[in-house]
Amino acid sequence: MSVIDRRELSALAARAADARVNVELETEGMTLNIGPQHPATHGTLRIIVRLDGEQVVWAEPVCGYMHRGYEKLVEVRSYPQVNTLINRIDWLGSFANEVPFILACEQLMEIEAPPRAQYIRTILFELSRISNVSLGLGDAALQLGAQTAAFYAFRDREYVLNLVEAATGGRFHPNFDRIGGLKDDLPKGWIDETKVAMRKVRDYCDEIETLVFGNEIFEARTRGIGVIPREVALQYGLSGANLRGSGVDWDLRRDQKLPMAWDKCDWKVWTHPDGDSFSRLWVRLKETYEATLIVDQLCESLPSGPVMAKVPRIIKVPEGEAWISTENPLGEMGYYVVSKGDTGPFRVKIRSASFNNISVVPWVLRGVYVPDVITILASLYFILGDIDR
Amino acid sequence: MSPLPSSAEVDDRRAELLARLHDELGEAVEGTHELAGKDLWVRVRTDAWREAAEVAEGRLGMTYFCYLAGLDWMPSPFGKGEDDPTQPPPERSTEIVQGYAGGSTRFQVLARVHDVQRMVGLTLKTDVPDDTMAVPSWVPVYAGANWHEREAWEMFGISFVGHPDLRNLYLPTDFEGHPLRKDFPLLARIVKPWPGIVDVEPMPADLDGEGGDE
Repeated sequence: MSVIDRRELSALAARAADARVNVELETEGMTLNIGPQHPATHGTLRIIVRLDGEQVVWAEPVCGYMHRGYEKLVEVRSYPQVNTLINRIDWLGSFANEVPFILACEQLMEIEAPPRAQYIRTILFELSRISNVSLGLGDAALQLGAQTAAFYAFRDREYVLNLVEAATGGRFHPNFDRIGGLKDDLPKGWIDETKVAMRKVRDYCDEIETLVFGNEIFEARTRGIGVIPREVALQYGLSGANLRGSGVDWDLRRDQKLPMAWDKCDWKVWTHPDGDSFSRLWVRLKETYEATLIVDQLCESLPSGPVMAKVPRIIKVPEGEAWISTENPLGEMGYYVVSKGDTGPFRVKIRSASFNNISVVPWVLRGVYVPDVITILASLYFILGDIDR
Repeated sequence: MSPLPSSAEVDDRRAELLARLHDELGEAVEGTHELAGKDLWVRVRTDAWREAAEVAEGRLGMTYFCYLAGLDWMPSPFGKGEDDPTQPPPERSTEIVQGYAGGSTRFQVLARVHDVQRMVGLTLKTDVPDDTMAVPSWVPVYAGANWHEREAWEMFGISFVGHPDLRNLYLPTDFEGHPLRKDFPLLARIVKPWPGIVDVEPMPADLDGEGGDE
């Protein structure tokens, strides 16, 4: 009997058993609060689910417990000050938050960072991807009861955070990107350290692949669970690994022209056709591995030169509107910047990835069982600051 | 996988999109703005807002819904909240100037859709009539617009006709006002003056009367 047959049979048996129990006991609907302080929520997301027995019939996430009003606050700040705020949107991959905003400002000012700055930006961008996604993977395993993977994740993420700290001075909120380039060049010896760390991260990826992804319990809990078809994923604006896990071959690092260095190296975009929890997590794992390859290649070919273009001391962005989005660890993150020629933006619309990724939750949770709610949320992988902004 | 199209190719695709939008929507396309190598903005009439989404999703292949947001074009009466509270408030311009693709109302709605196969995106805008403050909802076309419209509703007070469940997303249900409107004061800056202005001490050179910037 193949794996799929067995799974279908067990699902049928479970449904039959449910039907029997429901008839015998006449279970009434029950409303259950998951969160706001549930360990599976990476912050304070509250999800209200209405249950019929063990099955979810209706689910609704309640956002706003961490809304900080960044779109209002940026209107009274200057462009360099905005950088400090937007660092805190996705706090596990902070550097990646800065890049699209800076690129949008640079597009409006019609300047471009020097090549060395573009390379270092891309390296730090991918490092923040590793620090974000590797923790997400370890955490997903933790939700399923495998504690080891979470400890591995924290251990190996430390190497990456040390690198980020050595280069920028900040572990979580680097605030390192400037309009026109970067604050500083890389410290001496950083490249060699990075190569060592990347080897460790690749080992971590292999470890997780054998430890978690080859595990029978993990497969049983994630395969065929929380399936999001391609059309639904596109309609809800899912992005990043969630979209590629539904079989859409679209990666903003590859599919648009940006003054960054992703096109200077050789790497692969992974997709998975199934659209279930397993495929989303699997794409994340592959993405982490590819990120280490990107970092390695860019460290090899890092050009010399300045890291800062010539910009005026007081930055005034010319009047206009610009939209730039990049493939952040959580998905597509973009900024719509409206400038009136002032020292600060007139309006900034922050399009964060988790906001769209979580808006699909009422759709995908309908009909699943309670324990699967946790695995689906872990596989969608969100950061609260990225939903609430 | 198709190779990354050059900027000229993407511009051609944008021009083609624009021509098809003109064909499908006719006079409902009220303003356009094209920046070569960057982006395309199209403003449609308010009553054709839903139709624009249907055309984009159904016939132009823009199946990926990126975001939807409100815009308030009135200059803030509070400036950047850096006024000296001991002085009378300075005169500020109240002229409402719309951005790319023009417009005639204070509020606008903008949305972005994307074609993931042809790698080309489009920003759509529409005016929000000042009297009704209502535009057609996009939820029947793009299900993902649901939360975005709820956010625009609470933050700007723009109502979306045909939205299944238009209530606050982030704010408490009894919250009064619409925080992202420009005339909604940022209280933190009003109750306590911004230290950037108050705390500046004169440099020794200024005290001596030898130079200084101003």
